[in-house]
Amino acid sequence: MKFAFFPGCVSKGGCPELYQSVMEVYPRLGLELEEMTTASCTGAGVLQEKDRKLGDVLNARTFALAEQAGLPIMTICSTCQGVMSQANHRLTTDPPYLAAVNEILNEEGLTYRGTTQIRHFVWILLEELGEQGIRQRVRRPLTELRAAPFYGCYLQRPSEALGFQDQPDRAKSLELIMSWLGLEVVDFPGKTRCCGFPLLTINEKNSLRMVASHTLDAKRNGADILVTPCPLCHLNLDGMQSRAAGQQQADIDLPIWHLPQLLGLAMGMEPKRLGLTRHLVSTQGVLDKLGSAVA
Amino acid sequence: MITIFRIRRFNPEAAPSMPYFQEYKLDTDRADTVLDALIDIRETLDESLTLRCSCRGAICGSCSMRINGHAALACKTKVQAMASERGVVQVEPMNNMPVIKDLVTDMAGFWEKVRQVQPWLQPAGQEPEGEYLASSESMNHLTGVMGCIMCGACVSDCAALEVDERFVGPAALAKAYRFVADPRDGAARSRLLALNEPGGMWDCTRCMECIEVCPKGVGAMERIMSLRSRGIEAGVPSTSGSRHAEVFADLIYRKGRLDEPMLATRTFGLQNLSRLLSLLPMVLRAFVRGKVPKSGPLHRAIPGVEKFRRLFQRMEERP
Repeated sequence: MKFAFFPGCVSKGGCPELYQSVMEVYPRLGLELEEMTTASCTGAGVLQEKDRKLGDVLNARTFALAEQAGLPIMTICSTCQGVMSQANHRLTTDPPYLAAVNEILNEEGLTYRGTTQIRHFVWILLEELGEQGIRQRVRRPLTELRAAPFYGCYLQRPSEALGFQDQPDRAKSLELIMSWLGLEVVDFPGKTRCCGFPLLTINEKNSLRMVASHTLDAKRNGADILVTPCPLCHLNLDGMQSRAAGQQQADIDLPIWHLPQLLGLAMGMEPKRLGLTRHLVSTQGVLDKLGSAVA
Repeated sequence: MITIFRIRRFNPEAAPSMPYFQEYKLDTDRADTVLDALIDIRETLDESLTLRCSCRGAICGSCSMRINGHAALACKTKVQAMASERGVVQVEPMNNMPVIKDLVTDMAGFWEKVRQVQPWLQPAGQEPEGEYLASSESMNHLTGVMGCIMCGACVSDCAALEVDERFVGPAALAKAYRFVADPRDGAARSRLLALNEPGGMWDCTRCMECIEVCPKGVGAMERIMSLRSRGIEAGVPSTSGSRHAEVFADLIYRKGRLDEPMLATRTFGLQNLSRLLSLLPMVLRAFVRGKVPKSGPLHRAIPGVEKFRRLFQRMEERP
């Protein structure tokens, strides 16, 4: 299946190992990707604090580009996905609004008809490959690993814009996929909560409290790692973890993995090729634990 | 249908007074709400179970509680929709507020925060002879937010309040928006100035929990974002939150995509140099691992950015 690939800014910026791991795994999943090099940032909910309609115009432009190419969009970031899903929901449920946005898009010779599908990589794994498609690709079942999911707000809420009514499994997509990779899924209440990243600029103390709360909670529940489909969650949970540990005077040391890295490892790929050596919280301890499985 | 209700109990007069879960097995009908079941438990199984309710029709907002981990009105939630495969429904009191007993929470702090935003009309100018008039068109956009029944569900599940009880919270901010955006109100600027302070509109973490759990579609977080837009537009003193949004928009205008190091540098800048410098150890560690993104002239714009910028300009020209 072919997609217009929307990598988002952070996977090519602060979290390059995410882009790296996606590029490694996608050809082995039977996916075909055409990267959208001329698409803009979604606004990440930040631009929308200043001007929501401007955000909708920029996203409608991206949808129109994909529509012109006749391809559905694939995202690899919960925030990109959520912001785009919300924008698309507003545009496709309000024809006069879509017409007003198109009037601005016409400046660039573009029109959005409202037909573009936007799907996160996780949903594509769930809905296109499914249990059988994933299981048959697993070369190294990660049975010794206990992993907790961490979705990112934008991949959970608002559920209406994310299509949970038609696709109820999306609400538990991470758990399903992780279990198909053979590992033990650790449940914990923080899995759908906020990582604190949007607060990092304005209130670092509160943001770090969220990092500490969720990572410590996951550890208490027995997790070896946290797995996220959102690079912004990764920036906070991995990048700011040592600071959060200092604030709470706690030892955290919980590696945060991107979902494609986990998938790649289960498919038998080398940790380095998946960017697992590029995290701020070292993944080495977990890789050592898996030694017999990944050797 | 046999359903097991796993209810969080707490009696401050008991010794020891620690919260605990108690399970009740009840035969429920497919039409039963969680409130029907709780009342049934109280009447037939355990008269000590304490809860608060009144209208039973999702109007009064009294029976808000956490059902399977999320705040909801018990009278609006069907047992059948909530029972797990094993037929279990978990019921707890609301979060982010003190528990008085069992499922009853103390709402005093909630009301205090609502009062803090001065939830009454403060018109400017001379008092009219008759009523204050406003056209339907100018009030229509407020119907959603005026639907708030003050049940506290959004406050219960607010992630920012969970880590900082000083945050004014989603219900009070939605109420503040209701007056800031009211065409008859004359105190928008002073309201926005007050909301610009720490603990106000910039302390929301945009997690959308409040949107998801609201039983009335108020969309508190959307209102908070509108307050932020109005604050920026009204030129209230900049905060690192508002500068972040302004710089973000400017960077997208210039390049079409995000220059992350520049975003941090310009957001904190000279106003908050110590904060910028405090990020250095993390940046150095990221650099060692090849994770520091390109910035400035090394960070390229998307192809065709000139045409893309015209969209921004068109938006600025709009009425």
